[in-house]
Amino acid sequence: MVAKLRAAGLFTVLTLAVAGCGGAKIEDPGAAAPAGKDCGTVNLAVSPWVGYEANAAVFAYVAEKDLGCKVVKKDLKEEIAWQGFATGEIDAVLENWGHEDLKKKYITDQKVAVEAGPTGNTGIIGWYLPPWLAAEKPELKNWKNLNRYAATFKTSESGGKGQLLDGDPSFVTNDEALVKNLKLDFKVVYAGSETALIQAFRQAEKQKKPLIGYFYEPQWLFNELKLVKVDLPPYTAGCDATPAKVACDYPDYKLDKIVSKKFADAGSPAYNLVKAFTWTNDDQNQVAKYIAEDKLTADAAAKKWVDANRPKVDAWLGK
Amino acid sequence: MAAITGSLQVRMPRPRRIYVVGVLLLCWVLLFLVFRGIHTLELGGQETTPLHRWLTDIRDQTGPDRNAFFTAIRVVIDELVTLLQALISQPSFGRPVPALGWLGVVALASYVAWAFGTWRVALLTAAGLVFVGLQGLWQESMDTLALTLAAVGLALLVAIPVGIWAGLSDRVYRVVSLVLDLMQAMPTFVYLAPLTLVFAIGPAAATIATLIYAAPPAVRLTAHAIRSVSPASVEAARSLGSTGAQTLTKVLLPMSRSTVVVGVNQTIMAALSMVTIAALIDAPGLGKTVLKALQTLDVGVAFNAGLAIVVLAIVLDRATTAAGARVPRPASTRRKVFLGIGGLVVLVAIWYSRTYLWAAEFPTSGELGSRIAVAADSTSTWFLERFGSFTYGVRDGVTNGVLNPVESLLTGSPWWLVFAVVVTFAWLVGGLRGAIPAAVCLGLLVGTGVWQDAMVTLASTLLATTVVVAVGILLGVWMGRSRKVDSWLRPALDAGQTMPAFVYLVPFLALFGTSRFTAIAAAVVFAVPVTSKIVADGIRAVPAATVEAATSAGSSAWQVVTKVQLPVARRAITLAANQGLIYVLSMVVVGGLVGAGALGYDVSAGFSQSELYGKGLAAGLAIVLLGVLLDRITQAAARRTAAGPAESRGDKKKWLRS
Repeated sequence: MVAKLRAAGLFTVLTLAVAGCGGAKIEDPGAAAPAGKDCGTVNLAVSPWVGYEANAAVFAYVAEKDLGCKVVKKDLKEEIAWQGFATGEIDAVLENWGHEDLKKKYITDQKVAVEAGPTGNTGIIGWYLPPWLAAEKPELKNWKNLNRYAATFKTSESGGKGQLLDGDPSFVTNDEALVKNLKLDFKVVYAGSETALIQAFRQAEKQKKPLIGYFYEPQWLFNELKLVKVDLPPYTAGCDATPAKVACDYPDYKLDKIVSKKFADAGSPAYNLVKAFTWTNDDQNQVAKYIAEDKLTADAAAKKWVDANRPKVDAWLGK
Repeated sequence: MAAITGSLQVRMPRPRRIYVVGVLLLCWVLLFLVFRGIHTLELGGQETTPLHRWLTDIRDQTGPDRNAFFTAIRVVIDELVTLLQALISQPSFGRPVPALGWLGVVALASYVAWAFGTWRVALLTAAGLVFVGLQGLWQESMDTLALTLAAVGLALLVAIPVGIWAGLSDRVYRVVSLVLDLMQAMPTFVYLAPLTLVFAIGPAAATIATLIYAAPPAVRLTAHAIRSVSPASVEAARSLGSTGAQTLTKVLLPMSRSTVVVGVNQTIMAALSMVTIAALIDAPGLGKTVLKALQTLDVGVAFNAGLAIVVLAIVLDRATTAAGARVPRPASTRRKVFLGIGGLVVLVAIWYSRTYLWAAEFPTSGELGSRIAVAADSTSTWFLERFGSFTYGVRDGVTNGVLNPVESLLTGSPWWLVFAVVVTFAWLVGGLRGAIPAAVCLGLLVGTGVWQDAMVTLASTLLATTVVVAVGILLGVWMGRSRKVDSWLRPALDAGQTMPAFVYLVPFLALFGTSRFTAIAAAVVFAVPVTSKIVADGIRAVPAATVEAATSAGSSAWQVVTKVQLPVARRAITLAANQGLIYVLSMVVVGGLVGAGALGYDVSAGFSQSELYGKGLAAGLAIVLLGVLLDRITQAAARRTAAGPAESRGDKKKWLRS
């Protein structure tokens, strides 16, 4: 054993010596920062869904390559990201869905954050059907026909009623009130996570199982599965004012950007970029597809899109 | 007739108790039919009680004004983690690579494993680290390692002294046990968000979250080790004139060394199992890879990262175990020479890793990693296509046949009826020592305001635990009787314990849909390993002479198992059931992510919706209360039935929670 060890040691030294001869040496990076106005560091919150990641990827790519900023991405759930405005650890949230409660707390009351305009994306929330079901029973697209089919949506979890599948607890939802106020013979069952929700829709399409559930656009899944939205009673301004009495569809959400007050006041080029950053749902879905389905890294996905859409990017930069 | 009375007379006490329990259950069902649906303390998803709102207010009032004390702690921990990352994972000190390249890390880690353990473990360490590198996850793994080392190091700084203190004083021991119960059973989601408020977003909060979860085993095992040192040795030291400090450093600590190392080992395992959850507050490393993959339901990539966590866990586990087993003695001259030569090789490797790019950055295209990902993906797809149709039937059968009846009995009965039945039951099986804690826990559960959700969770927990105990005993007996089976099953069990549950959630969702059953299945995977390991230990501890006597008396294998081994190992089995239960409870929150609803959902809702914070906290407390309730009842029952001699081996495992 001793001899073996000695041999092994010697062998290692020899291998290292031989292999080392031809290797490339590590070089000091030197002063590689691009010239131009000093941009500084941007602390960017990245929330756990791919659409947001797409926004963050493109913003970070442009900020780093064109403005020479240092972008620090922090993976955080929304609630915690907003906490960061107050403590100075987060400079920007790039895709905010409504969250009036957080706006009140941090923008109106604590005055630590400010709005930085829309992202150009429209968020749509509602009840969706897998494509096969919508094709087979088009009448399901009208909420009035839901009760007739309640029995087909029964599962082991829905206690004899039809199942309406909801998602992650952080999603904006009125579904319990909707079911009650529209007198639907359904029970809201919480999948508990976006992952569980997507998997349920995938299974339902693949195995041709009936399913109705909460979903939203823009979402990368739509590249793969064109879910069909159910028409609820149309939204009118103020119809969702009292949460317990809601009996109408969700409004369209103008997704927007929020930045910390400190970051806005400093007025760095990065802040101007946050303000100028706008694109469409298709743009976002494209980048989300690169990340989710083509498995590109966030950076590579951003590069691919930026290279193909240079004029848009130049407009953000005021060129 | 005569035969029946005869047997009744012989075994008077036990059948009678079972009979009484049966009557109790029957009364419950009858009363349930009468009072069903009243006083069920139902609370809707978005509804809160004054207690919940009060808890939320407290959170809001703490706000971001941190005091200097917490800031100091945060800065120190942040610096420590950043330093470790600079050493092994992140570009640092003005260079594009970490201070130690992969070659340096592999050489150094193997050398340390060899110096403190054995050359086999050194080989395993090198192989494990290289494998992780080949998976294309070197940097992520080193980030995880850096965070784990920081958390474990800090945990031990506190845990060992507290453990020693608890080992020396009974009163401290009692207080500490209570706190440790709370630390381990409280779902991590509950304190994740508040931690970022106090310690800011960044490595510090992630490290502290990991530390809270990981420290208890080290405290427990240290205290246990100190307590198990034979009084004779202490007496001998005292009579030779040793002071208290001398007794501690010269007698108590050296004699308890190996058990303390087991504690360190368990702390490392616990820290690694926190990796994915801590990633929710931006902890660096493999956890992020798992969570990102989960967003796109990429089973393969999640598995690849999960596998890296398992490999790290196995390397660290075997290395610390070997270090603990090693008898400390002065090295021979020959060993000293070898250690010297080895040290030189390490220095050369480090120099290479600082000079050449190939030795600094792991030279891989991630080819192996993507192959593992593809293989995992296609295996799970194949499996799903094979069994996908059949599993829904199983789910519906179990849910409708067992889960729903139990659940509606628990949730449909008035709370005072459940209260009365459970307390009476606890009194019957455990006497006053069972009844009093049961009454207190149930009273507090009513106070949390999430009574009904707690009953839903209780129903699933009872079912999951029953399955865990059945499977655990089956596997444990099999392992305990055959070394070969043991060595085959053990890596799989290790994987079951350390593979993040997030990785197998997607396939399970495909198999069973979003349902309570899915959550139960995930809990079973997580809890069976610890149960079967403890049962196997207990079976192996049955004296060989006893087994031989039975065999030579003509008993069949079945008779040996049921008449000799299981009864003798009864204490170990009780303990195994108890640990299985706690592991099941620690999966409740994960269950909430796959459709189990109830307390698990409340906790994660509290984590992501500011107005539900207080309710989430109350739900977290409810999980702890359920744990304490079931734990105290089983302990009291075990104390009553356990007449046999205590086995030290099975007993020791009690402290091995992780």
